[in-house]
Amino acid sequence: MKKMLTTPIRNEDIEQLTAGDIVYLDGCLITCRDMGHRRLIELGRELPVDLQGLAILHAGPIVAKDGEGWKMISIGPTTSMRMEGYEKEFIRETGVKLIIGKGGMGPETMEGCRTHKALHAVFPGGCAVLAASQVEEIERVEWLDLGMPEALWVCRVKNFGPLIISIDTRGNNLFEANKARFNEKKVPVIEEISRQVRFIK
Amino acid sequence: MNYKHAVQSMTSIMARFTDYVGKHLPDDVLGKLRQLREAEDSPLSKVVYDSMFENLAKAEELNRPSCQDTGVIQFFIKAGSDFPLLADVRNILTEAVRTATQTAPLRHNAVEIFEEKNTGNNTGERIPWIDWEIVPNDKGITLEVYMAGGGCSLPGQGKTLMPAAGYEGIVQFVFDLMTSYGVNACPPLLVGIGIGGSIEVAANLSKKALFRPIGSRHADPRGAEMERLLEKGLNDIGLGPQGLSGKNSVMGVHIESAARHPSTISLAVSVGCWSHRRGTIRINDDMSYEIISHKGATL
Repeated sequence: MKKMLTTPIRNEDIEQLTAGDIVYLDGCLITCRDMGHRRLIELGRELPVDLQGLAILHAGPIVAKDGEGWKMISIGPTTSMRMEGYEKEFIRETGVKLIIGKGGMGPETMEGCRTHKALHAVFPGGCAVLAASQVEEIERVEWLDLGMPEALWVCRVKNFGPLIISIDTRGNNLFEANKARFNEKKVPVIEEISRQVRFIK
Repeated sequence: MNYKHAVQSMTSIMARFTDYVGKHLPDDVLGKLRQLREAEDSPLSKVVYDSMFENLAKAEELNRPSCQDTGVIQFFIKAGSDFPLLADVRNILTEAVRTATQTAPLRHNAVEIFEEKNTGNNTGERIPWIDWEIVPNDKGITLEVYMAGGGCSLPGQGKTLMPAAGYEGIVQFVFDLMTSYGVNACPPLLVGIGIGGSIEVAANLSKKALFRPIGSRHADPRGAEMERLLEKGLNDIGLGPQGLSGKNSVMGVHIESAARHPSTISLAVSVGCWSHRRGTIRINDDMSYEIISHKGATL
């Protein structure tokens, strides 16, 4: 059975989810990446969207004007790690419950997710038309002065996913665990290759 | 065809080709991805590969850029010394990028340095980036169009080693980069390594390594062997699709080299994400053309 999350997301909806689970989202999803985070946390500006219980997507989409409104053309996740310095405070300030992006995030975000009950999940990177086909409507756009990639695009999504939980509310971090394993595995591999490339005699 | 018409013709070809490259992966990349997909058996790797191929099908069906990050457009050119439009190539490519930005549409990705404004049309200071090689006694021009997203540009790094570090130092550098930044750069990655005597030479060659067809090998037997060793070694770590772990890590490892200074070994690494959007086109002096990277493509 497909696991679904619907906004507004409550703590009890996500507390049982574990890193590595696959879920899909229905509801309200807002794009927010480098500049959105920077304006709220570093410059102290108020976000023009109330994110309490909602989901954000680290993404800079391609959108096209469609009459009076906008049409989503292509929207895939961007590298979440760029937001690591802001995310803990961002979760506390906004009450956002689901952060979607690409690749893992670090210990600050883990702490934010544990303390304030939130999740980080990844949408498969580079799958931007698939994601766009799951956006039913762009309801509005804020901070368009930042340009197309950095503006906050407020979207209504249906069956948005697959979303692979990378950080859960209990402090598990899928990517950090993977990285530890990769780093362990690489030691003998590097030794073996190094032995074979001693070309400088 | 008079000169003015030839300029218009090449502008139109390059605008359509740039548009096309954002929507279709080249043949060698597609072939490699199919092969890597077959090898995976875990539920997470499978769901990711399924999404990737579903996405490619939708991009084709809806005629849309397959990844939203269509990069800062770069052209790596091998221009014949007798190509008749040599003087106008920059103008032609700039105009082609402006046009493709609207037709594709491409994401606005050129942010001016210091002014810190997005120009909104993918052109800007020195952008589109053009890298020139001149081919003597040739009337045609071969162009690589490349769209590197921010995600796979982020791991780009280089370092100048002392000779005592040896090629072993290169191996260490590549593995450290791949298990940190590489994990988040949309694996399976194509890894380009440049080796030379100074850092800008290495950096340029690392990018050019990404334009070699997947599976091709360095001309020197030791170079080819080092590519094979790194490829196998990186795959043994098993980053898997999207770094979620799996059977493989890379689509390939390519090394490009230039003779070095006795006192230095400079190396640089550039990676291409799984959605490695590069296209190769050859245009002749009569404006007939052949698309080399995507067999059977029509513009």
